[in-house]
Amino acid sequence: MARRYDARTTIFSPEGRLYQVEYAMEAISHAGTALGILASDGIVIAAEKKVTSKLLEQTTTSEKIYLLNDNVIGGVAGITADANILIYYARQVAQQYLYTYDEDIPVEQLVQKLCDLKQGYTQYGGLRPFGVSFIYAGYDSHHGFQLYRSDPSGNYGGWKATCIGANNASAQSLLKQDYKDDITLKDAKELAVKVLSKTMDSTTLSSEKLEFATVSRNDENKTTYHLYKPSEIDALLKEHNLGGQETEQ
Amino acid sequence: MEFLLGMTGKDFTLTISDTAATRSIIVFKNDEDKSLELNKHVLMLYSGSPGDTLHFAEYIQRNVKLYEIKNGIELTPKATATFTRREMATSLRSRKPYNVNLLIAGYDVTTSLPHLYWIDHLGTNATMPYAAHGYGAFYTLGILDKYHRPDISLDEAKAIAKKCIEELKTRFFINLSGFKVKVSDKDGIREIEI
Repeated sequence: MARRYDARTTIFSPEGRLYQVEYAMEAISHAGTALGILASDGIVIAAEKKVTSKLLEQTTTSEKIYLLNDNVIGGVAGITADANILIYYARQVAQQYLYTYDEDIPVEQLVQKLCDLKQGYTQYGGLRPFGVSFIYAGYDSHHGFQLYRSDPSGNYGGWKATCIGANNASAQSLLKQDYKDDITLKDAKELAVKVLSKTMDSTTLSSEKLEFATVSRNDENKTTYHLYKPSEIDALLKEHNLGGQETEQ
Repeated sequence: MEFLLGMTGKDFTLTISDTAATRSIIVFKNDEDKSLELNKHVLMLYSGSPGDTLHFAEYIQRNVKLYEIKNGIELTPKATATFTRREMATSLRSRKPYNVNLLIAGYDVTTSLPHLYWIDHLGTNATMPYAAHGYGAFYTLGILDKYHRPDISLDEAKAIAKKCIEELKTRFFINLSGFKVKVSDKDGIREIEI
């Protein structure tokens, strides 16, 4: 019965479901975890890289966390190839806004633009939806630091701490337990690595499996982002007694 | 012969515009308001060909309003000026450009700073502490050079505005019959008497 309704993206099943969209979300729940925590003085995004191997060349560019605009970074869970399309689009939207208004795009507007595109693929036929969920961390002068999450259906919401990808339910409940409203960026970083250490399948954390980034404001009141280098991630893990030795494979 | 002036203060922007609606050598009326509120904190003053002025100002006003409805936030004065300048520059390169000069005065609630932008019919956009359009600029900018400071209070700004108007009355060979003075600050835009 179900097969009659899941071949195409744009057809509702008799129960009122869009199977292709649900399958896309299923694909994401097997992808590496990405989580974001909103602190009073910044935001942290941490992500797990799933595919690691001794033979794999360490990439110089990140594959889970991307800069979308000077004031927004995004964490990705899902099909990286799909994510690249959306990241390209997001960067273009942000630059268009800068061209028109000579100001950084407000975070929610960037999120909304991306979600409009994602939604289109659940309604117009012949194409599959993007198999990607995003976490967005950004700052604008209207609403300060903001953290958003979006899924393949084009739904989005603002969060204080949230998680996408594999084990997102258990990570989410860990975040709920330990999140405090007045948490600082320093504590948020610690919480992020602790939650990941508990929810990741591997026993030892290292820079090979992690990506890490923060958004904050500097002394000159400018928004700054920090994408952590492998050595900085290892230092952070060591600081919180979570780093193991180099991964065995 | 129209006159527009604006100056920023400590936590407000003050504007003056003349109130004469004229055609050729005839004065039609003496209580014309040559400004439009783009949103709660941003005021646009306009001068130029009658018809062009209001048409262009309303076009900008409605786009600014649309942004507000769509996004649930106010456009900042800077964003408004940048957007307006681009529309003016696009118009300049069309078959029939708008013949309009503008001042955009506003208060940015997100940064708590006053702003003033001088925009002309060629699509120039300049951020200014004080600025003026029209022949009146030749009489008043010198006064502003001498008395204006970025941190002046509203009372000081009113005193400078009075000096400017007095100068126009004594030295300008045309009698501008009236002036409207407005202020934009954290509470919004209001007309004041000086």
